[in-house]
Amino acid sequence: MITPTNPVLPEQAGFVVELEQFSGPLDLLLHLIREDELDITDLPIAKIADQFLAVISELGLNQAADYLEMAARLLRIKAQLLLPRRLGDDEWEDPRSELVRRLLEYQQIRELVDWLQRAATRRSEQLARGYAPPAPELPPAPLEIELNDLLAAAERVIALIPEPMLHRVVPRPLDVESATARIQALLAAREEFGWSDLVGTRPSVVEVLSAFISLLELAKRGALRLTQPEPFAPMVIRRESPREAV
Amino acid sequence: MSPLAKLFEAALFAASRPLTLEDLATLDPEVGEAETRAALAELRDAWGEGSEDHGVELVDIAGGWQFLTRREYAEPIERAQFALRPRHLSPAALETLAIIAYRQPVGRLEVDEIRGVDSQAVLDRLVERGLIEIVSRGEGLGRPLLYGTTPQFLEILGLKGLDQLPRLDELSVALRPPAPAQPE
Repeated sequence: MITPTNPVLPEQAGFVVELEQFSGPLDLLLHLIREDELDITDLPIAKIADQFLAVISELGLNQAADYLEMAARLLRIKAQLLLPRRLGDDEWEDPRSELVRRLLEYQQIRELVDWLQRAATRRSEQLARGYAPPAPELPPAPLEIELNDLLAAAERVIALIPEPMLHRVVPRPLDVESATARIQALLAAREEFGWSDLVGTRPSVVEVLSAFISLLELAKRGALRLTQPEPFAPMVIRRESPREAV
Repeated sequence: MSPLAKLFEAALFAASRPLTLEDLATLDPEVGEAETRAALAELRDAWGEGSEDHGVELVDIAGGWQFLTRREYAEPIERAQFALRPRHLSPAALETLAIIAYRQPVGRLEVDEIRGVDSQAVLDRLVERGLIEIVSRGEGLGRPLLYGTTPQFLEILGLKGLDQLPRLDELSVALRPPAPAQPE
C-alpha cells in the first residue's frame, strides 16, 4: 500500500522575510542597507535597487503602491547616475541626496520608536486601576428565524443580483453582390480607380470584406487587375478586358 | 494624615486616569493652592515612588498623579489574570506617534512623507485609542487636520511631560544635511 507522504518543499534559497517585519519601503531599504553594512551617505544605488526589486517581488509587495513608488524612485536615481556629467560641474547635485535625507530622517524616527518601545515596556510593568481584563466574548446567540423572514431575505438578496448581461450575436452576411455591382459601375465609368473610391474613407469591416472578396473574385475572372505600388500602399484597381471563358 | 490628604487619596484611588493638581483642587472649593500642595506632599511622603511600605505607589505621570502597582508585582498579578498589561503598540503606530510627538501639530501628508507609506488608517486607530487628537486645521489646500499627542500618550509611556522625550540631538542619527556630493 502506498501511503501518501507530505511533499517536501525545497528550502527557498536566499533570505526569508516576513511581510509584517517592514512598516514601509523606507524600513525595507534600511534593512537592506544594514544587512550589507552599506554606507548610507554613499549608497551603491544600482546594487540596492536590484535587491529592493528582488525582495518586493519575492514578498509579493510588488502590488503595493508605496513599494512600487520607491522601486521607481530607485531606478530613476540609478538612471540619473549613469548620465555623463562634466568634470568640475558645480551645478551637479547628487541624485541620491533626497533619498539619503529621507533615509536618515526615517532612521531617526526608528531610533525614537525604540526609545518609545522601551518606555512603554517599562510603563507596562506597573498596573493602574482600570486595566481590567476585557470580558470574554459571549457565544453567538442561537439563530431564531421564521420561514417567511428567510424567504424575504432570500428575495432581497436575489433582487441585488444584477441581470446577467446578454450579448446577441447578429449575423452580418457579407454583401458581395452589391460590392460587385459597385465595382462594375466604377469600372464602367473609369479605367482605373483606387481602393478608397470603392469603399469610402471609413468603411465598416463588413464593407471592406465584401469589397475585397468581390475584387478577388473579379480579378480571378479577369475583369480587373489589382496592383499595389508598394507594400501596404492602397490598392489600384484597373479595368481589363475579360478573358474568354475557358 | 490630614482630612484633605485623605480626600485626595480616595480620589486618586478611584480615578482611572492621572489627576492633575487642578483636578485635585476641584475636590474642595474651600481650600487654596497652598493647602492643595501641602496635602499632595503628605500623600507623596506616604505613597511616593521608592517608599517601601506599600504595594502601590503614587507616580508623577502625564502631568498628574496616579496610583500604580510597584513593578515587582506586575507579573504575579498578570499571571493570576487579575489585570492585563496594556497591549503593545505596532511599529507603525509607534513610528506615527514619534513623528507626531516631535512635530505636532502635524498633518497626515507630513507623516506619510516621513514614513513613506499612507498613514491614515494608523492615525485613525491612534485617535480611537485616545493617544492623539485633532488639535487644529492647517493652512493650505483642504485645510488639513493637524494632530497632536494627548495626556494618554504620556500615560502609556510613563512620562511626566513631552520634555522627557529624548532631544533629537541626543540621538545617534542626528538629522543633518547629507554630505556634499563626491564625484565618483
